Amino acid sequence: MILEFKKIWKTYAIGMLWLLGLLWPLLGIHPDGTLSVGRTLTVWTYILIGTFICLCIYVTNKSGVLSGVTTPMAAVRDKVATMSGALPTWLWLALALIAALLFPVFTARYAQDVAINVLIYICLGLGLNIVIGLAGMLDLGYIAFYGVGAYSYALLNIHYGLSFWVCLPFAAFFACIAGCIIGYPTLRMRGDYLAIVTLGFGEIVRIILNNWMDLTNGPNGILGVKVPGIYIPSFEGGFSFEHLWLKKLYFLYYVALALAIVTIISVYRLNYSRIGRAWESIREDETAAGLMGVNTFKLKLLAYAMGAVFAGLAGAFFSARMRFVSPESFTFLESAMVLCMVVLGGMGSIPGIILGVAALIVLPEVFREFELYRMLAFGAAMTLMMLFRPEGLIPAKRVGTRSEEREG
Amino acid sequence: MEYFIQQLINGLTLGGLYALIALGYTMVYGVIQLINFAHGEFFAAGGYMGVILLSYFAGLGYMETHPWICLLAAFALAMAYCAFLAMGVEKVAYKPLRFQSRLAALLSALGMSIFLSNGLMLTQGVFDKPYPGELFDGGFEFGMITISYLQIMIVGMTIFLLIALNILVFKTRIGMAMRATAQDKVMSALVSIGSNKIISLTFAIGAGLAAAAGIMVGLYYGSVRYDMGFVPGIKAFAAAVLGGIGNITGAMLGGFIIGMVEIFGAGYISGQYKDVFAFIILIAVLYFKPTGIMGENIDDTRV
Repeated sequence: MILEFKKIWKTYAIGMLWLLGLLWPLLGIHPDGTLSVGRTLTVWTYILIGTFICLCIYVTNKSGVLSGVTTPMAAVRDKVATMSGALPTWLWLALALIAALLFPVFTARYAQDVAINVLIYICLGLGLNIVIGLAGMLDLGYIAFYGVGAYSYALLNIHYGLSFWVCLPFAAFFACIAGCIIGYPTLRMRGDYLAIVTLGFGEIVRIILNNWMDLTNGPNGILGVKVPGIYIPSFEGGFSFEHLWLKKLYFLYYVALALAIVTIISVYRLNYSRIGRAWESIREDETAAGLMGVNTFKLKLLAYAMGAVFAGLAGAFFSARMRFVSPESFTFLESAMVLCMVVLGGMGSIPGIILGVAALIVLPEVFREFELYRMLAFGAAMTLMMLFRPEGLIPAKRVGTRSEEREG
Repeated sequence: MEYFIQQLINGLTLGGLYALIALGYTMVYGVIQLINFAHGEFFAAGGYMGVILLSYFAGLGYMETHPWICLLAAFALAMAYCAFLAMGVEKVAYKPLRFQSRLAALLSALGMSIFLSNGLMLTQGVFDKPYPGELFDGGFEFGMITISYLQIMIVGMTIFLLIALNILVFKTRIGMAMRATAQDKVMSALVSIGSNKIISLTFAIGAGLAAAAGIMVGLYYGSVRYDMGFVPGIKAFAAAVLGGIGNITGAMLGGFIIGMVEIFGAGYISGQYKDVFAFIILIAVLYFKPTGIMGENIDDTRV
């Protein structure tokens, strides 16, 4: 036991020295021909203290010193779990829904803004979940479909004056077509190849949006996209319908909430349907799935297209809400962020992804002063999750071992 | 005709750079069958180390007196730096996941790549960082054709590195150990080749080559940016796939082809869409001939 910890500390010491060596040239060599160590040591000491505390907790936890604390805590957690299990699930869902519906009543504009972001990313995250969590294909160009959806609505609205509700299915349709176009040539590949090809496709879509001046107005983007409108019945002077633009933020919040709920229900239904099982079988072992009569190609294409549909819906809402679209919003970093949410929450797990999205949207808002470090933390979180908890914060219920893992 | 030759020279320069980056991908893939997503970041880190070191030398005043020694020192130090960086990344993000699912290793590498590029941004700033001095101004002129000294230096350096790598891999014992590990890890372990060391070494060599390419790109375009590793990374990967992933000669050839295609595509078809050509080649190769031009037989699980 002690020997094992000795090894951990030794590795840690070497790692920190290595980090110092890597950090110093970046921070300590100045263009005026001077060398300094002050700033490097400051940054390094912060990292040292932070990681040291984490490691101390890890080691004490492992050595069993903390069992006096963790055992009662686990007991309490179990008790809470059984107590919450006593109430039926639909009650919890109803409570969550009521809380979501009443949210804008008690909150200010800023909180609603953040909440809308969370809801959009829930759509995106769950859409990506179909591709990566259920079908097991790593898609790094996912944000392209979001862009296709956003531009479909923006263009149809600007040029033909179609309303948001008419365009919503169109946006989903165009994103779906884009998904099929991208999916068709790439689905013969697996794993890493697919990842890099989708990455390339995502870039191609962005480059096209950026350069096709006649259609998309290039990097300047499209201004003046209309917000959704609804007809409400009015009884003044006889019965008629009155048109109302949903310009108020809380109206938009409800639209986003509706989209998110539709997405959650659809993904849930898909997950526990025949198709969902087929996707999962492809994820676990594609060859075996094919042998069992699953049409792997069609189902993979379907996974791709379904993922794209939800991204398209979210995209249409995004452009309606911002009233402006530009290629800037659809960079690789956005894809990486959605991916990070899915990975953090747990691939294939719907509550996990909702938690992941909420965490990655709300935490940066709370820690505003560390805004610069956001992507750095996301990248680190992704690696750390893979190292220590690859199944995510709330693991999916049905996951097996991939055949290739067992071989290793 | 002059335009054609000029483009040919530009394509050769660019192709050499892609070849250097592509080698890192292909070598790493050869030994661990994984795409190193963070490879583009090693390239960017190399470019930054180049600018940091050359600025430092310029600040000391050595750039005026001994430009060539400064340049060589910058190359050597930046390559060493990136080699150490790559070894660190391999230990953190790849080694613990070697027997996990490929998706896990891929995602951890992707996380590392985001981490590194943002680390560069935080330490070096979001703006372009210019390379100092006019070390390689001027060049030869043949009528309409210009070959800058810089291009000659880049092509010369590239060829030197490629030959050195070939000698290392095909003529030395270390290279033999690397090839053995790539072919069969268990068998090579039985004849006492430490696969951990070899994998580390492969990462280090690949990153060193990428760092050299980073400095040369920085010199060629005059500046570096923290996210400069992203697009060249994909293009170099396209080059590695085109040549047949895992095949060193193939990666060199693929790099030159991708560079040529990009330059000619930009020159004759459309400059705005120059980044698209490499991606299209990548997709077409993977669709029609996933083993690449010189690829070996790749079994089902790899593609």
